[in-house]
Amino acid sequence: MSGSHQHDHDHEHGSELSEMQLRVRALETILTEKGYVDPAALDSIIETYETKIGPHIGARVVARAWIDTDFRTALIADASKAIARLGLEQKVGDHLIAVANTLTTHNMIVCTLCSCYPWDLLGLPPAWYKSAPYRARTVKEPRKVLADFGVTLPEDTKVRVWDSTAETRFIVLPMRPAGTEGWSEEKLASLVTRDSMIGTGFPKAANEVAP
Amino acid sequence: MNGVHDMGGMDGFGKVAPDPHEVPFHADWQARCFALNRVMGSAGEWNIDIGRYWIETLPPAVYLSSSYYRKWLLRLERLCLDRGLVSEAELANGHSTGPGRPLKRQPLSGPEAGAAVSRPNHDQPPRAPALFAVGQKVRARNIHPRSHTRLPRFTRGHLGTIERIQGCHTYPDAMVEKNIKQGEWLYTVVFEGLELWGPDAEVGATVSIEAFEPYLESV
Repeated sequence: MSGSHQHDHDHEHGSELSEMQLRVRALETILTEKGYVDPAALDSIIETYETKIGPHIGARVVARAWIDTDFRTALIADASKAIARLGLEQKVGDHLIAVANTLTTHNMIVCTLCSCYPWDLLGLPPAWYKSAPYRARTVKEPRKVLADFGVTLPEDTKVRVWDSTAETRFIVLPMRPAGTEGWSEEKLASLVTRDSMIGTGFPKAANEVAP
Repeated sequence: MNGVHDMGGMDGFGKVAPDPHEVPFHADWQARCFALNRVMGSAGEWNIDIGRYWIETLPPAVYLSSSYYRKWLLRLERLCLDRGLVSEAELANGHSTGPGRPLKRQPLSGPEAGAAVSRPNHDQPPRAPALFAVGQKVRARNIHPRSHTRLPRFTRGHLGTIERIQGCHTYPDAMVEKNIKQGEWLYTVVFEGLELWGPDAEVGATVSIEAFEPYLESV
């Protein structure tokens, strides 16, 4: 295996691209002509996932958990219920579970069987999350997978991998970076990376954002 | 089914390749394909479990060599054909040759459809008390159903510990095989790396799955 074949082929080759354009257009045309599909609904759904639902939602949840102990406790107990109380513009679904990183345990999320991912909090998954290497390797060699992200954990840190095999959805609650005492929720949220909420990265350090 | 989709623990796929220039969709057709699946998936003609099964049943070589959204397109084409919503001739011509039939549910429509997209609740009323308790040792059954299952192969036959009881949820296996919403207790079961991978395990690693009660036996 070499080059682009290591990817999930989400970056299409030219021939597949044109074939896919034609086939998707054909199916959309037929389903629309039959009255099953309203193109305005397609536009709206695409716009929602391109502009409204994304990691900024999860980042806000994490930042709130960092500054509000009661919220953190409620989040760990029942994430869907706790997040519903935040009054977010976009509603989140049920069965959400937040798992907290500690000094001794690092959590990672994967879906070995398909691509289950907490869309409500993080938007659509990145191509690598849906790729064969991530799905195949994370349960067997999580530290080697982390190395592909340039992430190294202390040797004595335990790694816990959560395989999303049912309709429960997981988000990692990363540890709050040092040197952020007294920061606002908004500023803290700017430290929370998407990967830190999947467990393939850490939040940014305090000195990585503008003062 | 023991398909190529059940990838946990497989070798040979290479490195994970993070992309610093990510976008939700890499081409317009991917976005249209995604939204078509969402709209048609809301029509009550199939559900999430059946949708997954129709991706799993793509021929293995097609599954492995197709991009994510190509698999979504192939799944949608096949499901629409199977449910009599479109014909082969229509797909070949790219146009409808007759009116549609009534759908089981009114699908998402209108310019506010995006706000209405939501993940459904999967709770079901329990049919019996939970068999297993938190802390209990269990074995993932050595089963190999031909139809849809969410018990990954890498856990089958292995010993784990019940860590959480997640409630009683719709059982995907019965949904696909019998088209019924059967409630089964759902557990988080955690396995030691050594139990799953033997001497090839990474030190200090554990893996959990979300396992329905019929996937487990007491030890």
